Amino acid sequence: MILSEKHEMMRRLFRQFAETEFTDDILEELEATGEFNWEMHRKMAANGFLGTKIPVEYGGQGGDSLAYVLMVEEFARVSPVLSLYANTSNSLGAGPLLFCGTDAQKEKYVTPIARGEKILVFALTEPGAGSDAGSTLTTAVEDGDFYILNGRKTFISGAPFADYAVVYARTDAAQKGSKGLSMFILDMKLPGVSVGKHENKMGIIGYPTSDIIMEDVRVHKSDLLGPLHRGFSTAMKTLDGGRLGVAAQSLGIAQGCLEESIRYARERKQFGRPIANFQAISFMLADMVTEIEAARELVYNTAVMKDAGSPDGAKRCAMSKLFASEMCNRVAYKAVQIHGGYGYIKEYKVERFYRDARITTLYEGTSQVQQMVISGSLLR
Amino acid sequence: MKIIVCVKQVPDTSGKVAVKADGTMDRASMATIINPDDLNAVEAALAMKDENPDSRVIVVTMGPTQANAMLHELLAMGADESVLVSAREFGGSDTFATSQILAAAIKRIGLTEDTVVLCGRQAIDGDTAQVGPQIAEKLDMPQVSYVSEIKKEGNTLTVKRMLEDGYQRVEVHTPCLLTCIKELNTPRYMAVKGILEYDKKPRLVYDYDALKDDELIEVDTIGLKGSPTNVFRSFTAPAKGAGQMLSGTPREMVAQLFGTLEEKHLI
Repeated sequence: MILSEKHEMMRRLFRQFAETEFTDDILEELEATGEFNWEMHRKMAANGFLGTKIPVEYGGQGGDSLAYVLMVEEFARVSPVLSLYANTSNSLGAGPLLFCGTDAQKEKYVTPIARGEKILVFALTEPGAGSDAGSTLTTAVEDGDFYILNGRKTFISGAPFADYAVVYARTDAAQKGSKGLSMFILDMKLPGVSVGKHENKMGIIGYPTSDIIMEDVRVHKSDLLGPLHRGFSTAMKTLDGGRLGVAAQSLGIAQGCLEESIRYARERKQFGRPIANFQAISFMLADMVTEIEAARELVYNTAVMKDAGSPDGAKRCAMSKLFASEMCNRVAYKAVQIHGGYGYIKEYKVERFYRDARITTLYEGTSQVQQMVISGSLLR
Repeated sequence: MKIIVCVKQVPDTSGKVAVKADGTMDRASMATIINPDDLNAVEAALAMKDENPDSRVIVVTMGPTQANAMLHELLAMGADESVLVSAREFGGSDTFATSQILAAAIKRIGLTEDTVVLCGRQAIDGDTAQVGPQIAEKLDMPQVSYVSEIKKEGNTLTVKRMLEDGYQRVEVHTPCLLTCIKELNTPRYMAVKGILEYDKKPRLVYDYDALKDDELIEVDTIGLKGSPTNVFRSFTAPAKGAGQMLSGTPREMVAQLFGTLEEKHLI
């Protein structure tokens, strides 16, 4: 896609920021400690990146989905984990509030999220309800002006340091599956809320993930988000935007892998010449760039179609995520292969890219869930 | 307060240098960046505006229409207005000619009692550091070069002027011109919001007709023909060869050094 001058400027901005600020020292520290880097969070906030796609009236920058995709892609090209720092607030964080929050809720929550003053995470998954969100066991029982929440959410990215979480709970026990679910804005400081141990993950290290446990938590009715018993459809809409973000992250990781591989193939000599001169290597590079460009066209186009209100939006988001994340893993595999034994050593960037790539076909709906969404819309 | 910042689009020195038949640089065919020192000047202006939100930051450049891309970036960083000085007659100007034209452009933008003009110390392509000081002379205003710190109170600026072996503190009154060095600040990034809104801001173009009648401009001394400087040849300096390390006692090393220099008939 030929980008407009403004989108080209944005790409330049995001690339410049990532290349300048995501230093090797910071990336190594993230890997070594696994801790959230608050200084980077504040720096991104000061530059408005936490609100790239959030409307100006709520403290955001007013960018479109393509701007958001470009940001996540360019950040992930240098650091897949740091791309998440700016991603969540724009998609799964503010998303559900912007879809169906009241004006008061938007005012209270979205503005501080866009400015990075507060962090809101998305809590749908449960130990027994991953791909099958309809099996949610968390309950919310009405009690005067409050709902009493009980249950456990699992694999919640950002939970250990979040101020709020959007949680899904069953409000109507009589309804089964995806019906009878509602969304709540959970203040993580409320009595009865606790977080589990930090998960020891394969990749995306430096963005802690844990369970959220709710034991008789009293959530005020003003924090019910969207219509009662109909939370599932908002969850699915939010996930559309999130999937576009994962697709963009996959693109960035793949691009990073490609650039590292080209550099390495030119430098590394075997049999008296750079390995780039061997067809076995150069053809791998050709396949990598071709797949990346195909994915890029699909993802950018989907961003534009989604904003234009295309009825195919949900399907296209699922297609983008399916194709880009699977492509990303193929490219990361080849990148390590081109690096040979060095690609298996932590000093080389492709080692980290390879581990980080793996999550993209899993979170925000596995590839198989994307196939369900896509085929479902075909056979409807 | 009005803050006018002179900026220049320069070749990206990490790319290849292209030269035209007349010896001047072929700017249109080279990858470009905003001159680094000028970005410090822009940041200084925006920081002043942060403190005095009523201020207006106007960026001005002379160059071909490609320079618009740079102006758009500066507007996206937060500048309020841009002026592109562009005409075939101005092409190939040396520093003497350029400073006349920019001085006339600044006059046209309008100098007031509280105006501050900021320039980068020097451009990385010519490295002359002459244009800023010459503009100040032509506009008959005080100037301070090599500024690494600015404090403003009313119409008085107290600035730190860096020298090779120390620094001076200089007090200067507006209107005045300062040339900025990289130690002054770290330039901010563009903002997404700024990018989305840059084209809603005034973007003026001054052509030859707009400036030719200004008394600061002598039409015979502008452009390539009128410029007192004639470029003989432009080229990329060849890379230096590897050095040779001497070893031994100081006396032995001096003996080796003299031997080599004599061998090469240098002494």
